[in-house]
Amino acid sequence: MSSQARLLPGTLDLLVLKAVSLGPLHGYGILLRIGQISERALLIEQGALYPALFRLVRQGLLKASWGTSENNRRAKFYELTAVGRKRLREETDGWNRLADAIASALAAQPEEI
Amino acid sequence: MKILFWFRSVAAGLFHRSRIEDEMEEELRSHIQHRADDLVRSGLDRATAERRARVEFGGQLRFKEACREALGGTFIESLIQDVRFSLRVLRKSFGFTVVAILTLALAIGANAVVFGVLNGLILRPLHVPQAGSLYGTEYGAGSGWQSYPNYRDLRDRNRSFDDLAAWKFVFVGVDTGNEPSRATAFATTGNYFDVLKLQPILGRFYHSQDEHGPNSAPYVVLSYGYWYSRFQADHDVVGRVVRLNKRPFTIIGVAPPGFYGTLLFVHPDFFMPIVNQEQVEGASLLNSRGSNGGIFEVFGHLKAGITPAQAAVDLNAVGVYLERTYPKEFAHKSSSLSPTGLNSFGRPVRAFVAGLMLLASLILLAACANLGSLFAAQAADRSREVALRLALGSSRQRILRQLLTEAVLISLVGGAAGLQSSVVLLQWLSAWNPFPGTPIHLPVTPDAKVYVVALALALVSAFLFGIVPVRQVLRTDPYQVVKAGPTGRIGRRATVRDALLVLQIAICAVLVTASMVAVRGLVRSLYGKFGFERNTMLASANLAMAGYSGDNVPDMQRRMIEAMETLPGVERAGLVNNYPPLAYGSGNTANVFKDETRDLSQSNVAAMPYRYDISPGYFDAAGTSLLAGRDFTWHDDEHAPPVAVVNRTFAGKLLGSVTDAVGRHYRMQDGTRIEVVGVVEDGKYLSVTEDQQPAMFLPFLRSPSSQAYLVVRSRRDPQELAAAIRRRLRELDAGLPVNTETWDSLLDVVLFPSRVATVSLGVLGMMGAMLSLTGIFGMAAYSVSRRRRELGIRIALGAQRREVLQAALGRAFKLLAVGSAAGLILGILASRVLVLNCSTTFMY
Repeated sequence: MSSQARLLPGTLDLLVLKAVSLGPLHGYGILLRIGQISERALLIEQGALYPALFRLVRQGLLKASWGTSENNRRAKFYELTAVGRKRLREETDGWNRLADAIASALAAQPEEI
Repeated sequence: MKILFWFRSVAAGLFHRSRIEDEMEEELRSHIQHRADDLVRSGLDRATAERRARVEFGGQLRFKEACREALGGTFIESLIQDVRFSLRVLRKSFGFTVVAILTLALAIGANAVVFGVLNGLILRPLHVPQAGSLYGTEYGAGSGWQSYPNYRDLRDRNRSFDDLAAWKFVFVGVDTGNEPSRATAFATTGNYFDVLKLQPILGRFYHSQDEHGPNSAPYVVLSYGYWYSRFQADHDVVGRVVRLNKRPFTIIGVAPPGFYGTLLFVHPDFFMPIVNQEQVEGASLLNSRGSNGGIFEVFGHLKAGITPAQAAVDLNAVGVYLERTYPKEFAHKSSSLSPTGLNSFGRPVRAFVAGLMLLASLILLAACANLGSLFAAQAADRSREVALRLALGSSRQRILRQLLTEAVLISLVGGAAGLQSSVVLLQWLSAWNPFPGTPIHLPVTPDAKVYVVALALALVSAFLFGIVPVRQVLRTDPYQVVKAGPTGRIGRRATVRDALLVLQIAICAVLVTASMVAVRGLVRSLYGKFGFERNTMLASANLAMAGYSGDNVPDMQRRMIEAMETLPGVERAGLVNNYPPLAYGSGNTANVFKDETRDLSQSNVAAMPYRYDISPGYFDAAGTSLLAGRDFTWHDDEHAPPVAVVNRTFAGKLLGSVTDAVGRHYRMQDGTRIEVVGVVEDGKYLSVTEDQQPAMFLPFLRSPSSQAYLVVRSRRDPQELAAAIRRRLRELDAGLPVNTETWDSLLDVVLFPSRVATVSLGVLGMMGAMLSLTGIFGMAAYSVSRRRRELGIRIALGAQRREVLQAALGRAFKLLAVGSAAGLILGILASRVLVLNCSTTFMY
């Protein structure tokens, strides 16, 4: 628990978009991909992924289709739509600006004031 | 766009629910399988791996619910869930549900009925094209009366109306070849149908071009209903000749269905040109500018862009011009406009219906207060259930939504029941003919608007009483409630309900007081002094209907009176021209001047007494007591000096006192000097609620009229007497249609408005009383059941019966006292307003 950070609210959607942007994935695959690209630093409750996926599909950011997985099982694959790609770009920029701002705020030293 | 999306997903959620559920199921299963595959690869056996994968995944149901919510179809689904659950809860507390539904059914039903009346009489326009711009003119104190010459000047001199039409009532004997019968018709100006922009469904209408002076257009246009009932919808009716009061008229057309004339609650049998009015009424009104009996209403379409206020200014300007030009015959009274359909009845009807609407909404408010407190009580009873649900992770919003669903369900069922009964009642009212033999109807058939209003009222009331327990639920602390049970804080928590109960009792007390005042008023007016005996028998006959004219009329009338006096058991008989006092709200007034007045212009008028032309013996027959002087004799005819008998008020107003009056003189509009020969007691003339009015009685021989009422005093059984009267009159002239009725039954018509008012107020008052009873009962029963444990302990500790009662019911009684006191005070204040309102309302 201590080695894994909890997700800030709203960041799950961004992570899902990022994971899917690298290629179509099914739900479990998305979890694995997020674990892989975050170097297992982020904790995501497995079930909590699905409401987020349904929400993103409904917003038109993702599209879903049934296919066969690498394990030879039927699975629902998600990929980014054009809108989703645009949203990912915007959110990434926004996140970076926020993170930079917070990082520099936190890095402030007494003598700099 | 978003809305569209939402709709689509809602629709998809509804129609493909099972498919989506299946897919969701499969997707989650696939996830767990994939995870298990990984776990197997790390060395676990398949069964352990699958169990472990499921545990890691977490609560599937919870996530599915979240997924459904994310999909958007959830609103409808949770609504269905809420409805199902509410139904179960409501079935469990059956008594509460029934009481709540009945209460609402009554309250919403009452509102729907009142709204139906409002809708039928005020909101719904006449069934003619562009009814919105159709306005009728009113003169002075809300009356449409006008003379025909004045109408013509108004029509030609105004600049605000496209065209002005006018009409008056005529009551005629119709002879179609077989049995003669009476009918009510509109005598209209030639342009009547053109102003209304109507087309006949059969034959043609008459037009202005058909009018070529008096009695030039002997045509009849049948109303659809009369064509149907009297002529069996015969298509060959056009061209047929019928006799109206013995004069031949040709049927030229039939008006369309749905057109019942231009007065909402009187449906004429047919229409005829007003230029032929003399043929059916015996005397021409076309040239007498001073007679306001010529026209009942003048109306027309406003020109485009003209407001009713501008038109009224225009009409008043014409009125001022007319007064200047004809000072002896016309006194201008300020005019106003009102939508055609109710004419001079509009004001009182509107005031009355508005008052009813107010009372009905008070009833609904009281019902909501009642249900609100019941609901809050019920919610408090269920605080344990609410706490459990909160503890298990349900959101407060969801619980509130469910409570509100219960409220909406109850109010919808109650509203439907109320609407159902109100529709039945309204349909009965529209079919009802309050005075058999008259064309009076209440056009209150319910339409879509009534349904919509009832639905809206149901929803509004659901929210009103549904939000009462909200605060209670929001404050619920699951931990406390589950641990300790629903105890303590009774006193504090009851305050909202207390306020509601006080409010409700106050409202109900207002209603009850108001209805009591109304009933007392009616009773008082029923047993007041009318100035005549109410069980006197009346027989109306219009000699014009049998072809009499000129000198034949008074001769025949004298023979009729003498014939009545020879009937066994008859003490005295007399006659009054046109209508006796208090009949059908009709009364003629005339201007009189003091004897010394020389300039007989409108500004010098000393009084406007009611005028009755009567035969010798009328006062005896009617039971009107003579205070001084003498009755008329058969010698008081056109050859004798003009004389009059006046009532006490007239004598007091013009002639000093009763004893001084006899022998003194006054003047009529035409300058005639009249000697007062007698004084009679005061009476009621136009309405039973009027203040004492002056009246004068003139000898009928000086101004004969073919329409008259015979007044017959007898101790015989009314039905026998009526039959004997009809038999004797048939012996005199078999072709004369005669109606017999007691004076009492004519009073029914005059008292109808106040009866209607009293009945409606009484019903509303009773509902108010019932509501407050159930409210108090519910509150007391609830507080006792809540404190049963406490009361038990008190008894166990030795409390006396009286103390226990006081503990249990003291509060309820205190609230009752506060509420009733407030309600009584308000009620007395309100009834003052009501009485004022009613007395002005029922003048007409």
